[in-house]
Amino acid sequence: MQIELTNAPSPTLPRWRGRGSRFGLSTMLARLPRHGRACPGHPRVGPNAVDASNKRGHDASYAISVTMAASLCAALSVTPAHAYKAYVSNEKGNSITVIDTDKLDATATVKVGRRPRGVALNKDGSELYICAGDDDAIQVLDTKTLKITGKLPSGPDPELLALSPDGNVIYVSNENDNLVTLIDVKKKEMIGDIPVGVEPEGMAVSPDGKLLVNTSETTNMAHLIDTQSKEIVANILVDGRPRFAEFKKDGSELWVSSEVGGTVAVIDPAKRELKQKISFEMPAMSKEAIQPIGISFTRDGKRAFVALGPANRVAVIDAETKRIEKYLLVGQRVWHLAFTPDEKYLLTANGVSNDVSVIDVASLKVVKSIPVGAFPWGVVVAPQ
Amino acid sequence: MKSLVAAFCLLLLAAPAAAETLNVKVGVLRETHSRETISILDIPAADDTLAGALLGTADNNTTGKFTNQTFEAIDARLEEGDDVVVALDSLFDKGALFIIADLSPERLLAASERAKPKGALLFNVSATDDRLREDDCRANVVHVAPTRSMLADGLTQYLVWKQWRRWLLIKGSHPKDELLAQALRNSAKKFGAKIVEERLYEDTGGGRRSDSGSVQTQRQMPLLTQNASAYDALIAADESDVFGGYLPYRTWDPRPVAGSAGLTPTNWDPAHEQWGALQLQNRFIQTFRRLMNARDNAAWLAMRMIGEAATRTASNDPEKLRLYMLGKDFSIAAFKGVRLTLRPWNLQLRQPILLSDGRIIVSVSPQEGFLHQTSELDTLGLDQPETKCKLN
Repeated sequence: MQIELTNAPSPTLPRWRGRGSRFGLSTMLARLPRHGRACPGHPRVGPNAVDASNKRGHDASYAISVTMAASLCAALSVTPAHAYKAYVSNEKGNSITVIDTDKLDATATVKVGRRPRGVALNKDGSELYICAGDDDAIQVLDTKTLKITGKLPSGPDPELLALSPDGNVIYVSNENDNLVTLIDVKKKEMIGDIPVGVEPEGMAVSPDGKLLVNTSETTNMAHLIDTQSKEIVANILVDGRPRFAEFKKDGSELWVSSEVGGTVAVIDPAKRELKQKISFEMPAMSKEAIQPIGISFTRDGKRAFVALGPANRVAVIDAETKRIEKYLLVGQRVWHLAFTPDEKYLLTANGVSNDVSVIDVASLKVVKSIPVGAFPWGVVVAPQ
Repeated sequence: MKSLVAAFCLLLLAAPAAAETLNVKVGVLRETHSRETISILDIPAADDTLAGALLGTADNNTTGKFTNQTFEAIDARLEEGDDVVVALDSLFDKGALFIIADLSPERLLAASERAKPKGALLFNVSATDDRLREDDCRANVVHVAPTRSMLADGLTQYLVWKQWRRWLLIKGSHPKDELLAQALRNSAKKFGAKIVEERLYEDTGGGRRSDSGSVQTQRQMPLLTQNASAYDALIAADESDVFGGYLPYRTWDPRPVAGSAGLTPTNWDPAHEQWGALQLQNRFIQTFRRLMNARDNAAWLAMRMIGEAATRTASNDPEKLRLYMLGKDFSIAAFKGVRLTLRPWNLQLRQPILLSDGRIIVSVSPQEGFLHQTSELDTLGLDQPETKCKLN
């Protein structure tokens, strides 16, 4: 049997990376989408583009045309909206990029601790909590001054956190010790911990604040925890490597994404049982590449968006029937998602292509890509 | 008291929990590996392989708290000349019907034969021989370790991606070296690389340690590699660790070395950190105060596969667990970026292959662009249409 290498990149790739094409790196790293597009939210690099790049010298002109097309599209599709601020954590950039959601552009980059991933805002949006994994701390960023004002004790390598609805308690997963750690935000003190499964990761609090969920990546469970008694009240088996959990805004359902299992588990929090699993299928996409991570619900609970990691797609799901309506092509290795408060846009943090895709929620179209720092991971939008 | 109440609640609520605690006993049947390694960093520790199984046991027991299952690893170490059947019987006597096997092909086949009437299930964590998945495949042996052909294909895909297609192949004089060389030849043919010349390095015996060894090797290796046909990469097939490690930086022509030294294909490397692997490395280092090698990792993974299947089936029956692992619902996360599943035709675990230079992971295969109708992981190693395995 003879297997041919398709889309073989040229061995001289690193040379043209530095020649003014800001898409050079993403071209090189691209898990190539099978189709190009006229109005790209992204520097789409279809098979044709690769052919061009194999003939050295064509890449720069391609990059320019993509840039022009992208800005043209942005100009056409962006109507005035409320200006919110979005905060994107850059895992390798050790920074937070601030995005103005009116201009749909980055307005500031703030140096923060090492390996920032999970981010959360307090109620009024005045403080951003940043899991700085390699600094073993949760940093506090004043969103007005964009200065780090302090840190919270988190235990080693914090990755994701959840805030109680009143904003007083932070729940953070402590992977090394298989614990969920509770932190008093005002006192900046640890106030307890709860033993859970191996490699706790995803965290979410029910809208009424009564139920905390933690997912453990190697145990493959969603642990439901009573926030009053701080005891586990149910353990629900889900598919491999559960990474993220999100409640519907009315608390009626809890969705848990399994990165390696490739599914989203729908859990009834009242009955504390698994209702169903949602799986994904795309033509010409290997099932291993479909890795659900971030989940966002519209406020009315009618629609869900699920980031599919290295499949470079966001799935649009009818949250009532659980039917998949559409797959939206975004940047590479899409991690987490956040709506603007008016739900006009959904922003996606794309780890490998170093950008944020902007999805227009009404039209379900990707309208822009915003370059951010290195390996964007988490994203939140402030209500101001 | 509080935690007791909590534990009690857990038992009531845990998903597939049985009323009684289910105990899963796993034997770790392991050979003593050679201490004759070129680098002292590769000398096996006393708890080689076992440590990985113990970490997997601890992980499974954390999960078991919620499912009312307990896991136990029972060590059985073989010295040279020990009878594998005697050791296996003693594990059966202790109630272990799952066996993590770090054995030579001959011993593995003998163990498989002995395990048959007991209904026990073996997990091969070190033997890379393709024949164990082909003509000599067995229905009661799950292969967690990759094959030589998977390792060779993982390396070749990358070298072809790099356009380093012309190889000088140097193989050692042991039968294992020829098996690896053959896997590399097949792989070159499969992916379009060319072996421009093949040379043999005769093992004349002797140890690896001496206080002035580098003086001689610095002179020997250029001689071994001079006057070769034009080539892009030197590929070493040296499973006995006789000469491969001496090749990098000592070749006659300045060329990269790959295979048994230099850029090495493996199922695990202590430098692997992507996809959450750092968490596993940290747990291992904290517990055992050393780095996790490929055998440790395969043993950890075997234990996790047993744990995962026991959790999902709420059973400790080897046949039930085997059927679950073969089914479409089974997959396992192993810090490789994708889910791993079993090839149902020969019980080989599909897995990406890491390419390590000994300090960092250079790349992970399958490489982009190598397509397959079922799973890109099946571009690595012998595929179903070529298999000679008949499981029974």
